[in-house]
Amino acid sequence: MNIHNIANHLNELGDKGHTGFQFDCYPIDGDVEVLQVNIVGREEIPVFLSVTDNQILCISYLWGEDEVNQERRAEMFETMLELNIPMPLSSFAKIDDKYVVYGALSVQSSIEEIEQELSVLSDNCLEVIDELADYLK
Amino acid sequence: MGILNKILTAFRGGATEVGQGIVDANSTRIFEQEIRDAEKHLTKAKRDLTEVMAKEMQASREVDRLKRAVAEHEGYVAQALEKGNEALALEVAEKIAELDQELNDQQSANDSFSAHATRLKDLVRKTERQLTDYQRQLTMVKTTESVQKATATITNSFAGSNSKLLNAKDSLERIKARQQSFDDRLKASETLAEENSDKALHDKLAEAGIGEQKSNANAVLDRIKARKG
Repeated sequence: MNIHNIANHLNELGDKGHTGFQFDCYPIDGDVEVLQVNIVGREEIPVFLSVTDNQILCISYLWGEDEVNQERRAEMFETMLELNIPMPLSSFAKIDDKYVVYGALSVQSSIEEIEQELSVLSDNCLEVIDELADYLK
Repeated sequence: MGILNKILTAFRGGATEVGQGIVDANSTRIFEQEIRDAEKHLTKAKRDLTEVMAKEMQASREVDRLKRAVAEHEGYVAQALEKGNEALALEVAEKIAELDQELNDQQSANDSFSAHATRLKDLVRKTERQLTDYQRQLTMVKTTESVQKATATITNSFAGSNSKLLNAKDSLERIKARQQSFDDRLKASETLAEENSDKALHDKLAEAGIGEQKSNANAVLDRIKARKG
């Protein structure tokens, strides 16, 4: 499974997918190839997908440290920890100064599982921002 | 120091700068070499183990054979003595002594193979566990590196284009607004469709002469005639 197979599948899917979403994928060149997956109607919050030796990582950026209301930072952390298990398939993480939600899949995952992961991650992402907006400036 | 600790230390020490790896590429290569060496040792230990276990089985079969031979010859001695043939009994007894010696040798060989096999099994288990742990650690280092590189790729891509990642609230607002306008349009078209289907029904009823009738020239004429009459 590489990002080009995934991109081709998702782009050709059109409205025939079983998640109800349409995807637009753009590979980004770099040291590690990354696939930017835009979900139609949600282009502002893309999912970034990369494939390593043993897993497929799907990451969506939530907000930067600079957006966090620093007085409520600890509260935000606690809420994130509490939501981490109930939130299906995704987990919270921090990369550099950015908070993210991510999901990791086995490289043996089927294309349908990847599609589902992307749609659930996007749903989770919107819901998390909606729920945790109080902790932001 | 554990690998998690190394990763955290590197993070906090500011090793997250683009292009600066958690663990430099060279030490990752050395680590990978260590894993390959451990794999080689494991393969060799497993081969040795198979060999030793085969020898152990051989020795154990030999021990059984010798034990049976000793028992058999002891029977012969008894029979020779019954028949009063002391000389023959002595001769067989000498043979038993030889067999005993051989049995002792085989038994000690067998014991030593068993001990060796146990040691090798331990070694294989330990090496396998260590290898799994090495691989887990390597995965952590490589995943961290890969995520950093992917982040750099994403950051560069956004810095190079006019598009930029909006802040979270604005992004959500825009998506919600779009969804709302989509929902509104959907609702409007649903209402329209409903009205249309009302009209269609109405038309069918009129055609069948049910409900409010359209006035036409003949009806008007009839009405006027009726009024006159």
